[in-house]
Amino acid sequence: MTIGAFADRGADLQLVGIEKRFPGFTAIENLNLTIPAGSFFALLGPSGCGKTTTLRLVAGLEEPTGGRILIGGADVTNQKSFQRPVNTVFQSYALFPHMTVLENVAFGLRRRKIGDPVAKAHEALLLVELDHLAHRRPQQLSGGQQQRVALARAIVNRPALLLLDEPLGALDLKLRRQMQLELKTIQEEVGLTFLHVTHDQEEAMTMADIIAVMNKGRIEQMGEPQQLYELPKTAFVANFLGQSNLFTGPVVSTTGTAIAVDVSGQKIVVPLERAHRVSGAVTIGVRPEKLTLHDVAPTYSDGRNVLGPGRVIDVSFSGVSTQYLVAVPGIGTLVVFAQNMAFGPAAHVGAEVWLSWNVNHGFGLDDDPTDAPRFEADLDTKTIAQQRRSSLITEFEEA
Amino acid sequence: MKLSLGKWLLPVYSGLALLFLMIPIGYTFVYSFNDSLKSNITWRGFTFDKWLNVCNVQNGAVCQAFGNSLFIGAVATVAATTLGTMIAIAIVRYRFKFRSQTSLLLFLPMATPEVVLGAGLAAQFLSLGVPKDMLTIILAHTMFCISFVVVTVKARVASLDPALEEAGRDLYGSAWQVFARITFPLLLPGILAAALLSFALSFDDFIITNFNSGAVTTFPKYIYISAARGIPAEANVLASAVFILALVVVVTVQVSGAAKARRLAKLS
Repeated sequence: MTIGAFADRGADLQLVGIEKRFPGFTAIENLNLTIPAGSFFALLGPSGCGKTTTLRLVAGLEEPTGGRILIGGADVTNQKSFQRPVNTVFQSYALFPHMTVLENVAFGLRRRKIGDPVAKAHEALLLVELDHLAHRRPQQLSGGQQQRVALARAIVNRPALLLLDEPLGALDLKLRRQMQLELKTIQEEVGLTFLHVTHDQEEAMTMADIIAVMNKGRIEQMGEPQQLYELPKTAFVANFLGQSNLFTGPVVSTTGTAIAVDVSGQKIVVPLERAHRVSGAVTIGVRPEKLTLHDVAPTYSDGRNVLGPGRVIDVSFSGVSTQYLVAVPGIGTLVVFAQNMAFGPAAHVGAEVWLSWNVNHGFGLDDDPTDAPRFEADLDTKTIAQQRRSSLITEFEEA
Repeated sequence: MKLSLGKWLLPVYSGLALLFLMIPIGYTFVYSFNDSLKSNITWRGFTFDKWLNVCNVQNGAVCQAFGNSLFIGAVATVAATTLGTMIAIAIVRYRFKFRSQTSLLLFLPMATPEVVLGAGLAAQFLSLGVPKDMLTIILAHTMFCISFVVVTVKARVASLDPALEEAGRDLYGSAWQVFARITFPLLLPGILAAALLSFALSFDDFIITNFNSGAVTTFPKYIYISAARGIPAEANVLASAVFILALVVVVTVQVSGAAKARRLAKLS
């Protein structure tokens, strides 16, 4: 692929055995990843997990310690940043303050000596609906407008691969939702391959075709958003992508279709096809919205798992749903999301409740519960909840 | 009547301070029109002769010295600004051995008394057998100007977002194109300020020049020497001309800057 011509469609990206060491720590260890052409791929993880480093390696702004990078089958590992058919939308946008919006957008075209750069830049600005501001300076635009200029400046080059480095991080909540939709529309329109790096799980789930969850320089799990959410493979994924109630115990019986796990004396059944481990000590889980609250002990014969009795220790109302924290003796605190189908909460603080869920909604993790260091995720549910909370607060303060 | 005291005290005080500062300049300017003979101390009547025939006195010695100063200032400014800008970028952007030591050494010429610096340089030139002339002055000026250039440009480089240069590379700019189209234009205000500072420092330096100039005469040196037997009015003419030129430049820059700010404010 030459730099002098537009890519007519997205190219696939292959990372083979990528390793990146900085003095004192390893940012990425043995990363293998293939991103199919034309897809919207999200790299999701907490800060410091190596996702931005991965992006910078692909852009050519960092050199890998080992491994190879292939774009559309061609090895670009030893190519300089300006030789690669890749463009980046930077987190800080990095718009050139001494040029007009139009000159910013035309910059890449001029460097590649592509004919009629001004007309093409106008076209790209029309796509992001900013052509009327073409002669302004970037600092005269709002944050959302700057973000769209940064996007136009990248896609005007028709790169085989577009890299997005948390480009929506600086926007307020409402604008971010709007930009998410716009980005997705533009990606479908131009058919390029998008690699989007983010720590926002909601953003990744709404926009991406495929998500790779990254932790400590490795990919924990990769798949479609729904698959990742409904059947997480590790405790990290189960807690980073939404919330989970996790239990640990030994497998006590196995049938042809399910395993039964003993959790502090209560038997919990998980379907065989949804369990990554089927013997020994295992960790199983269920999502909070899959749980149902009962004020009397339910009498299901099979098909549902029942836990209880427990006591409601916290109720927090959030409009669409209510979150209950239920302490079950011997097991711990469980989170329950219940839709507010009627007025008022289904249970009050201090009430005795039972919990049940469809056996088919449970999942069994691949983590070895005895392998403590890998099992314990960098961030537990509580920390993530706190982080989400503080980020939401700042978001609303900015809005 | 506290209020009225505050009302007139500040203007009167500022006015007096300004007057005090302006007297020597005013004196120089007024006496450039003095119809003087050899010494320019007593007022002998008004004339434009000195302004019109500024280079004709003493076989043009005043103009010769003035030209030398301009030449030395220009060459030293170009050399110091070029080198200093490169050093500033290197110190901020790259990690290398002796980086902090280099940074510290660059401060020394600013901290060292000029007499020490001048005498030290003179001794070095003597022991190396370099004859003192225009070249030694330019070398000495370039050396102390570099420090001021590095300090000025460094602040500008440090405030430059590295992502801008990365974006330039990402948008197919080669190393040279990124420097020419992004780094340099963004550093330019700092570089220009450094160049102006260098020129001003070089142009009116006397102490270091006096130690390292040999037979070459610069404008400050000429004035110093002639002060003993009466400074000719032609020196007043040149000094006044420089002052007026500087004033015009500053006013022009301020007015055009204000106009630009108004234009930008209207746009947004």
